Amino acid sequence: MKILVCISNVPDTTTKITFSPDGKTFNTAGVQFVINPYDEYALTRAIELKEAHGGSVTVLNVGEADTEPNIRKALAIGADDAIRVNLKPTDAYLVSQQIAYYAKEGGFDLILMGRESIDYNGYQVHGMVGELLGIPTVAPAIKLDVNGSTATLEREIEGGKEIIEAPLPLVVSAQQPMAEPRIPNMRGIMTARTKPLKVVDPVGQDAKTSVQNYELPPAKSGVKLIPAESAGDLIKLLRNEAKVL
Amino acid sequence: MSVLVVIECANGEVKKSSLEAASYGSKVAAATGTSATAVAIGDVQADALTSLGEQGISRVLLDNDSRLHNFVPSAYVKVIAKAAEQENSSVIILSNSNIGAAIGSRLAVKLGGSLATNVVSLPQINGSSFTVRRGVFSGKAFSDVELTSDKKIIAVKKNAVEIETTAGGTATVENFSADLSDADFATAPKETIKQSGDILLTEAEVVVSGGRGLKGPENWHLIENLAKALGAATACSKPVADVGWRPHHEHVGQTGITVSPNLYIGVGISGAIQHLAGVNSSKVIVVINKDPEAPFFKAADYGIVGDATEVVPKLIEAAKALDK
Repeated sequence: MKILVCISNVPDTTTKITFSPDGKTFNTAGVQFVINPYDEYALTRAIELKEAHGGSVTVLNVGEADTEPNIRKALAIGADDAIRVNLKPTDAYLVSQQIAYYAKEGGFDLILMGRESIDYNGYQVHGMVGELLGIPTVAPAIKLDVNGSTATLEREIEGGKEIIEAPLPLVVSAQQPMAEPRIPNMRGIMTARTKPLKVVDPVGQDAKTSVQNYELPPAKSGVKLIPAESAGDLIKLLRNEAKVL
Repeated sequence: MSVLVVIECANGEVKKSSLEAASYGSKVAAATGTSATAVAIGDVQADALTSLGEQGISRVLLDNDSRLHNFVPSAYVKVIAKAAEQENSSVIILSNSNIGAAIGSRLAVKLGGSLATNVVSLPQINGSSFTVRRGVFSGKAFSDVELTSDKKIIAVKKNAVEIETTAGGTATVENFSADLSDADFATAPKETIKQSGDILLTEAEVVVSGGRGLKGPENWHLIENLAKALGAATACSKPVADVGWRPHHEHVGQTGITVSPNLYIGVGISGAIQHLAGVNSSKVIVVINKDPEAPFFKAADYGIVGDATEVVPKLIEAAKALDK
């Protein structure tokens, strides 16, 4: 089984988000970039499936050279090889186009990724890749097993979950608790250095959206504390002052 | 040119988030001098759809193929794409729900359109420029995004727009069919397992959520009873789900469910940044924690420093005393 895992490079969760004074760009100075947490679930599950059924795991990232430390981290965790499409990922369709092209070229049975990235929160790429390839997408999946040419999945729905059987090839977006992310060990880190990381050119530059501006939400005015002994007053404030009850 | 609103239904009723989408769609239609039509899919009676006229919808196309009673992305996308083609729709409005998010991206590719998810504002339209504001960086910022294709698809964040109601408005309901084949149902669910209580967490206007400060699962009745008294849905923090006090589908936070209710009450939750990412677009946040230094207080509008087992019973009593 050939599995493609798409990873994106995102600011660490605890990053304080700031923008340039004109609001046009995100300030990356001093920001630590990590593998998108949702993509880590996809990566770990892909490696588990390879360990159980054989095959290979290829990691794909659409990004410029500064994403390579995180691609190496994915190789250290257990992916076999990697592709970096040398392009700044500014739009979901732009990224999906690259993934669909290289997914088709590589003849993958399963294409896995996180349900969304924690920076742009687009929740778009999996569906776009599925539609571009003309194959089904299951999103967001909390469980994934493969038996021959059929995948069995659990998909989260509002107020419950569904059990789905779907034919391969298939695009799946991952969400907790699909797998417990792994930390690379020393042996993994050493072998990752020698694993192939192919840098390829983008196959089109067709974007459908353009970010005009970023803005931070207004600062909170501060918490209004109610003494614990008169806790019941809170309910009255929520009704009469905040008007949310 | 027209505006098409995708309506989601549950238990035969139109979801609240779809009423928001309908109001949003009607306003976009008014701003662009056109009309708003809706497409509804699945298990719903025509009667439940006629009242969408109160949100400014003139016509509803209903595809009630029984195979669509469960959500199957590829089939839903075909129905909506056909409706959009028939109506010559240039703007398509969805809810930013699990369903909306799963179909929006496929629809965008099928129609060659631009997609914006997590949208929190009406579009700014200036000549040919069409820009919407959306939440990014897990709720820590906004971005204004221009949709540059002719067709624009917008998934509206829950609770981000008001439901406008004009009493007496009536929409006409027309049967609609997209001639689906069995191949469109390749990923149809084999089984559906309902897990939550009466109120859907993602649709709830009030959410009561518990963390490790509850001390143990034996105290969970405090969360449930407060939720019941307030007509709220219940949720939990990640550590609580990880230790197995509560199931993972109740976990609110960055890797769990994102909620944006009118009121979020966090009990015994310290407010790790991952938790904030799931709740910080709530309109009002209340934090109850015995540690006055808990970071969650910085994000809160109201707070009580105290032990959950002492504070929550007082809240339940006060909530019960409210005249509904």
